[in-house]
Amino acid sequence: MKGTSSRLAEIIAKHEQDLLAQWIKEQTSAVTQRPDLMSEAELREQSRALLNGIRNAVQRGRLDDITGSEWESVRELLDEVSRGRARTGFSPTETAMFVFSLKQPLFSRLRAEIREPEALADELWTASVLLDKLGLYTTEVSQKSREEVILRQQQDMLELSTPVVELWDGVLALPLIGTLDSARTQVVMENLLQKIVQTGAGIAIVDITGVPTVDTLVAQHLLKTVAAARLMGADCIISGIRPQIAQTIVHLGVDLGTVTTKATLAAAFVVALERSGATISKGR
Amino acid sequence: MAMPVVKAERCPVRSGDNVVRIRQIVRQWTVELGFSLVDQTKIVTAASEIARNTLDHGGGGEALVESLSEGGRRGLRLVFTDKGPGIENIDQALKDGFTTGGGLGLGLGGARRLSSEFSIESRTGEGTCVTLTRWK
Ligand SMILES: Nc1ncnc2c1ncn2[C@@H]1O[C@H](COP(=O)(O)OP(=O)(O)OP(=O)(O)O)[C@@H](O)[C@H]1O
Ligand SMILES: [Mg+2]
Repeated sequence: MKGTSSRLAEIIAKHEQDLLAQWIKEQTSAVTQRPDLMSEAELREQSRALLNGIRNAVQRGRLDDITGSEWESVRELLDEVSRGRARTGFSPTETAMFVFSLKQPLFSRLRAEIREPEALADELWTASVLLDKLGLYTTEVSQKSREEVILRQQQDMLELSTPVVELWDGVLALPLIGTLDSARTQVVMENLLQKIVQTGAGIAIVDITGVPTVDTLVAQHLLKTVAAARLMGADCIISGIRPQIAQTIVHLGVDLGTVTTKATLAAAFVVALERSGATISKGR
Repeated sequence: MAMPVVKAERCPVRSGDNVVRIRQIVRQWTVELGFSLVDQTKIVTAASEIARNTLDHGGGGEALVESLSEGGRRGLRLVFTDKGPGIENIDQALKDGFTTGGGLGLGLGGARRLSSEFSIESRTGEGTCVTLTRWK
């Protein structure tokens, strides 16, 4: 393996301070430098920590594989740097450039130290591949943390898209739209129960017109919601059961017997008004 | 005689999102096959049940969706396989209300009632394969 005979470790260790100074100069003059997003002190600190980490890792670990335990602290550092930068608005490319920009000062140093052309070529190759791997690692982390941000936003949207509305004094309606997976149903159920407490409502209409599939999991969630609402003193009506859903529920064997169900939200509302003692006159 | 498969697609069953995706494929393909709204809903719901079982009880697996055409008949076949713990007693698992996971215990029996053809193969410790077909 080329890695073991490399002089990289020795050269980095010997010239660490000098390399760091060159690298920071390189970064502060580069177009990808973003003084608007990060102070120079912070940039210095990140550079110092990374170079120090690389120095320690190349002394003990392999140069052609950054997944080993010797590289763990470098990976952790890059995790932190990439996530931090992603949060403050750096693009993944800008973050990768932070690592790639070490190439220039390191290569200059290697050229100054190694006189023999073949040996120099080998070392340049090793160093280049190593920094490429570290740079690409930051890209992976940035990608992941972006996905995390998107997931969080999706979860926020779940809450937004399930508003509980007060239709009438003491009558709440919860129009459900879309796929009812467990995470979402949990949020929906909690919202409804909270609103029942807040408003002291006696009737809650859960409308499933917008739910494409009612399987046993969805049915169980609905039944749990109804039971929990009852414990809070509110009666539930499930509305929006389309004919095809009704037939399918029967075949599944789900028993909604104890729950009032209506085909439409309007029909459910009429029942709710009757129960809450309001009189309805047909305006003609 | 081998049943002519018009088209087929394999899907992973490893997450809740995968289950949603399978429902969407089944919906789309049954629409293309000209299934009635009731028949679409039945087979989509059956697919949802078995996909969820594959995920929750079988520890994840794979689904094969096939569009069939045999003589004048057209249909959709779904094959779910997992390498999970298997089902010890299939008759018991099919009974309404039987569950080992705190569910309603209606999924398996319900899916059978919603299908035209339904079969389960399972070996304890090796895994489970559920095949269901709905003809138009
Ligand atoms: N792929 C599988 N691998 C192992 N066990 C299974 C599998 N599918 C079903 N089972 C067993 O059969 C039982 C009954 O399944 P069924 O789908 O009817 O009910 P459930 O999944 O427990 O609840 P739900 O009514 O929500 O579907 C399960 O509780 C489980 O023990
Ligand atoms: Mg089930």
